[in-house]
Amino acid sequence: MDTLSQLANGFAIAFTPMNLLWCLLGTTLGTAIGVLPGLGPALTIALLLPITFQVPAEASFILFAGIYYGAMYGGSTTSILLNTPGESATIVTALEGNKMARNGRAGAALATSAIGSFVAGTIGTAGIAFLAPVVVGLALAFGPAEYFSLMVLAFVMVSAVLGSSSVRGLTSLFIGFFIGMVGIDLQTGQARFTFGLPELLDGIDVIIAAVGLFAVGETLYVAARRYTGRDEIIPLKGSLYMSAQEWGRSWKAWFRGALIGFPIGAMPAGGAEIPTFLSYAVEKKLSKHKEEFGTTGAIEGVAGPEAANNASAAGVLVPMLTLGLPTSATAAIMLSAFQSYGINPGPLLLTTQSSLVWGLIASLFIANVILVILNLPLIGLWVRLLRIPAPQLYAGILVFATVGTYGISQSPVDLVLLYVLGAMGFLMRRFDFPTAPVIIGMILGPLAEQQFRRAMTISAGDWSVFYTHPLSLTLLLLALLALLAPKIYSFIQHRRTRGPEHVPGDA
Amino acid sequence: MSIEQPPARPPFALPEATIGVGLLLVAAVVLWQTAIMPVSPMYSKVGPTVFPYMTAFGLALFAVLLIIQAWRGGWQPDDEKEVAVDWRSTGFVAAGLLANVLLIKPLGFTFASTVLFVLVTHGFGSRKPLHNAAIGLVLSLAAYFGFAKALGVNIGAGVIERLLGA
Repeated sequence: MDTLSQLANGFAIAFTPMNLLWCLLGTTLGTAIGVLPGLGPALTIALLLPITFQVPAEASFILFAGIYYGAMYGGSTTSILLNTPGESATIVTALEGNKMARNGRAGAALATSAIGSFVAGTIGTAGIAFLAPVVVGLALAFGPAEYFSLMVLAFVMVSAVLGSSSVRGLTSLFIGFFIGMVGIDLQTGQARFTFGLPELLDGIDVIIAAVGLFAVGETLYVAARRYTGRDEIIPLKGSLYMSAQEWGRSWKAWFRGALIGFPIGAMPAGGAEIPTFLSYAVEKKLSKHKEEFGTTGAIEGVAGPEAANNASAAGVLVPMLTLGLPTSATAAIMLSAFQSYGINPGPLLLTTQSSLVWGLIASLFIANVILVILNLPLIGLWVRLLRIPAPQLYAGILVFATVGTYGISQSPVDLVLLYVLGAMGFLMRRFDFPTAPVIIGMILGPLAEQQFRRAMTISAGDWSVFYTHPLSLTLLLLALLALLAPKIYSFIQHRRTRGPEHVPGDA
Repeated sequence: MSIEQPPARPPFALPEATIGVGLLLVAAVVLWQTAIMPVSPMYSKVGPTVFPYMTAFGLALFAVLLIIQAWRGGWQPDDEKEVAVDWRSTGFVAAGLLANVLLIKPLGFTFASTVLFVLVTHGFGSRKPLHNAAIGLVLSLAAYFGFAKALGVNIGAGVIERLLGA
């Protein structure tokens, strides 16, 4: 069936009153947690995972997708008004957006970011609708060996290439593998790493890992940094509407941002940092107002990266839905929500669960419309959320962390595990280890193991399957290249520029 | 400032080295736990231990690389190094978490969470314990009933929950 008629069916599902309500709830909640520092979509979706036992799959995915998109919109508000980017994807928005706000142009910055998010989110969602069936067509040619190699590539990209250090990224990923292996091995029934604790036989719940790393770890981190006051919130003054000149400078940036963001998000690498920084660089180069960058704040520098961020968030859903390959912590937690319904995302998802997938895609279009309304006329409401004082905010986050964790099985062992992971999250923040690869490793690691063992079983234990299949070999070589190329490059650069001695402070 | 040659090698970074050694220990535990797994000969080639072995060797390799980096001066960002850990503040948060896990079984979620709330807000510098206890109580009850009713999550009832007839 063709995409448009599928999409029409999707809209019929998304437009039922109940599903519209789920979408409204998700987008509202998503904006709120995006605005609040210390809370993110991965943590929120993890805390809400128990809902998968209560409502049909369509409803919970519409809710989760609303949170996912909403958090992007809300996050930009905080970056612009508070200059504390909640996540790495909004660092660039804070760069120019906060400068604009300081110069009395907060309204225009918020407007270009919300409308740009809408434009890019809509383009990105359309991208999912048209690209997903294409990827499925390719993925049908994949055997277990190819899947495994693709996952290796994704692992390398997510942990080693994106981020400040490949060793620390890979360390995080492998800790995730270890956490993911705890429990009974599904193929043989062998208990692994349970240390004699019956509580661990079912494995470590992703809720505990996400809440431990993102809520407990974050709270400890903020407490340790002597968080006494609040950053200055820039009052919202001036018109929320952009002048004709600002529109003129924004719209091209939105489209360029979307075109940069979506393809990068859709690659089995994910990550919103590269597209946002890339878009920023492009806008700075093309702008006729270069003098505004870094001084009074250039509107293109907000419009482009914000669009890139939202389009790449949409792009991330393509490998997640078509290959079962999550490339962000939030996508990994959504994958575990699929698993809790007994659904395995992959090439067959679009045919076996077509009403779910297309209903979800249609609801993403609706979510974008709701979000631009929530985030422009109602912006004053969200700004008030920023005034929640830090002590009560973080204490509240821990109360919800307890509910979510203790609710799993009313076992104090889960709480102890939560605190151990929280302490680990704290150390990881202090010592600059990325946390998202832990979640990706724990969800995707067992799936990679499954594909690996499947491939090895088919080949009767012959390792050559991974390098005699051309597609698998290509993917593995790409992974190797991604891992080594930056090192070789910097080695050559280092040799070449060995002339003058290192000057302190030039970093 | 005098023009001096910068030190040829930055000093050995102890915190980072500790992390590396800790990770090496984790790798050793993974290796040990994998080695003692009984494996049926049926699965000898691709059994449940292949991935654990890979994980253990990977962790060990990264631990060694991290220790080498620590030897060369470490990697902790200056931004983090300059901020000394506020142990008083962190201690109150940790005490709140500890109280929570100890009290949740005997006294129920709401009571334990209210204690957690008061201790954490104190750790974050709020000096209004009664005010915070009231907020904590309301928030805990909202979380309790919200999760119990909306998500169908069963959270152990305790003193306060029974008083309210939940």
